[in-house]
Amino acid sequence: MAPLLSVKNMTHYFGGLRAVNDFNLTIKPGEIKGLIGPNGAGKTTVFNLITGVYIPTEGTIELEGVNIKGVETHKIAAMGLGRTFQNLALWRHMSVLDHVRLAHYSQLSYGLFGAFFGTPKCRQQEREVIDNSYRLLEIFDVDQFATQTIGNLPYGAQRRVEMARAMATKPKILFLDEPTAGMTPDELIRMIQIIRQVHRDFGVAIFMIEHRMKFVMDLCETIQTMVFGEVIAEGEPEVIQNNPEVIEAYLGKEDLH
Amino acid sequence: METVKKFLQIFSVVPLAGWLLGVFSAVLIEYYLGDLISYYLYLPKIPVLFGTLIMLKKPALIPSALAYDLIVYVLPVLLVGRLLAPATNALAAMLEKMPLWLATLIHLAAFYGILHMWAGINDYRVLVVKLTMIAIILTISLNVINGYQGEFSCSHPGFMALGAYASSTLTLLLFANDKMFGEPLLDPALGPWLFPLILIIGGGVAALGSLIVAIPSFRTRGDYLAIISLAFLFIVKSAIENLEIIGGPRGMSSQPNYATLAVVFVWMSLCIWTIHNFTTSVMGKALNAVRDNEPAANSMTVNTRKTKMTAFMFGAFWAGVAGGLFAHVLRYVNPGTFGLQKLAEILAMVYFGGLNSIYGSIVGAVSISVLSEALRPLELFKWIIIPLILILVMIYRPHGLISFTELNVKEVMRPRNKERAGGVE
Repeated sequence: MAPLLSVKNMTHYFGGLRAVNDFNLTIKPGEIKGLIGPNGAGKTTVFNLITGVYIPTEGTIELEGVNIKGVETHKIAAMGLGRTFQNLALWRHMSVLDHVRLAHYSQLSYGLFGAFFGTPKCRQQEREVIDNSYRLLEIFDVDQFATQTIGNLPYGAQRRVEMARAMATKPKILFLDEPTAGMTPDELIRMIQIIRQVHRDFGVAIFMIEHRMKFVMDLCETIQTMVFGEVIAEGEPEVIQNNPEVIEAYLGKEDLH
Repeated sequence: METVKKFLQIFSVVPLAGWLLGVFSAVLIEYYLGDLISYYLYLPKIPVLFGTLIMLKKPALIPSALAYDLIVYVLPVLLVGRLLAPATNALAAMLEKMPLWLATLIHLAAFYGILHMWAGINDYRVLVVKLTMIAIILTISLNVINGYQGEFSCSHPGFMALGAYASSTLTLLLFANDKMFGEPLLDPALGPWLFPLILIIGGGVAALGSLIVAIPSFRTRGDYLAIISLAFLFIVKSAIENLEIIGGPRGMSSQPNYATLAVVFVWMSLCIWTIHNFTTSVMGKALNAVRDNEPAANSMTVNTRKTKMTAFMFGAFWAGVAGGLFAHVLRYVNPGTFGLQKLAEILAMVYFGGLNSIYGSIVGAVSISVLSEALRPLELFKWIIIPLILILVMIYRPHGLISFTELNVKEVMRPRNKERAGGVE
């Protein structure tokens, strides 16, 4: 199968600091991959490089065979690369429904004129967007909060709204940046179910950064481990778990315990 | 507190149509009996703005002015509003079954009729009403930039000046015989019909000018953008001051009298309508998203540059239209009008009324303009009282009186029968 996303020899410097060195990644349709590594290893930088927030110094990035290096973030997102953020990037004055509505932005074709005058085409599309948004809110079990301002929701629900919002952009690959950060054990179990459900029902490929080993081991088919900007190991969860380098760099030296 | 609540409870069943009818009866009473009532209350003439001017000038007449307000405005509005509530609720129920646009138009027409009659009592009222409606356009359009989009733009009077001068130049050149441009180029009878087009051109000029502020906003925001926009205001002002062809510091005068009450009212309604449409659409919600978290908006497929440009150009367009109307209401403009004082006024209206809210902007614009007219006799003290009120609002409601709401016309116009008043809403 042709890869959905292929990143080759991606290197990035922040000034004189090499944040990411020779990073390679291929994601096939429907795959779940994980990226682990200690704090400051450059995991989020990898996300930001692929999603177009930064432009890598070297290397190529292709989404379905199309070069996306140097393309604007919103265009990359519209091409099918959805993401969530490490520290919830929500819009604090907006309602839950509006969060999901807005993520349909690139799918609308009525233009500014339509928006100003509320043309029939505009109203038709807006209705469809609202229907679709409610459908997504239901899937992520946050429809009861639809009209509330996002800040009023419990943390776990906010995380789920962020997922619903990312799914509204119709992604082919979903990037999850620490989807369980700060969650209670109950919310964690729910999140595993939701990610499985998204993967199954929407058929998206998932690439996630995660710190909780159990969570990654449970969900991911392959895992990459990154330390100081370099991938030191890649493979199936069991292999990674038993790789001495990974254990030393990330899980901690055994003799320390 | 309890009694106030009970008092308000009594009137919670009155729909908008009922209030309009109440106000209509008050206006009728003033129209036919106003002179008589003011004569018996020892008032020199019908008080122009609810007697505030008389009260401040001659404190001895305070009881008379209050009595006038009570007899002519308060009692009829409350009594007619409450007593006819069953009938007006039935009417509101009937209007609710109509298409929303038709019901809205009927309400607007009724409101305009009442306003026209009330303002018709004297010219001063007409002027105050026109300027208030222009202030509403300015406030809502600035709210698009400062509230919905969340930039701090100080260039609104500059956009207004661009619109005012562009449209004045066109009307004077095309339709007026004046000393600046000489004979009119077109038949002056065409003027009122082409006036909308001229206003749109004025708005367009302002929108183009706004690009000078919009493009830096791609890379910077907050304090830095505020300074850039302030610089833009001064650039526009001193450019006009130095252009002799459009009158320089002396300004332009004798614009034709095209901006009648009806014209201003229609433009204000159009402004509210388009801004409401825009800000409730996904395109308009993008403004909020860019304000609250730009990287997230970007990752959710929102074209942030286009969004910022739209916010500035759209806001500036309406400021330009408001400027055009302003020039044709006063029939005189000079660059001095569009300075820091004007900026402070518009900003005060936006922040007093409430960010991200059309209701708020209307409340802010109306209350500040009427207040500043009503307190005119106090002269210098006016500029102590109004800022003081503003400071109090900022302390107790940092986002303004009514912020972060959506205008819901259907909700405003709905019947308020008992069974629905106590409902879930």
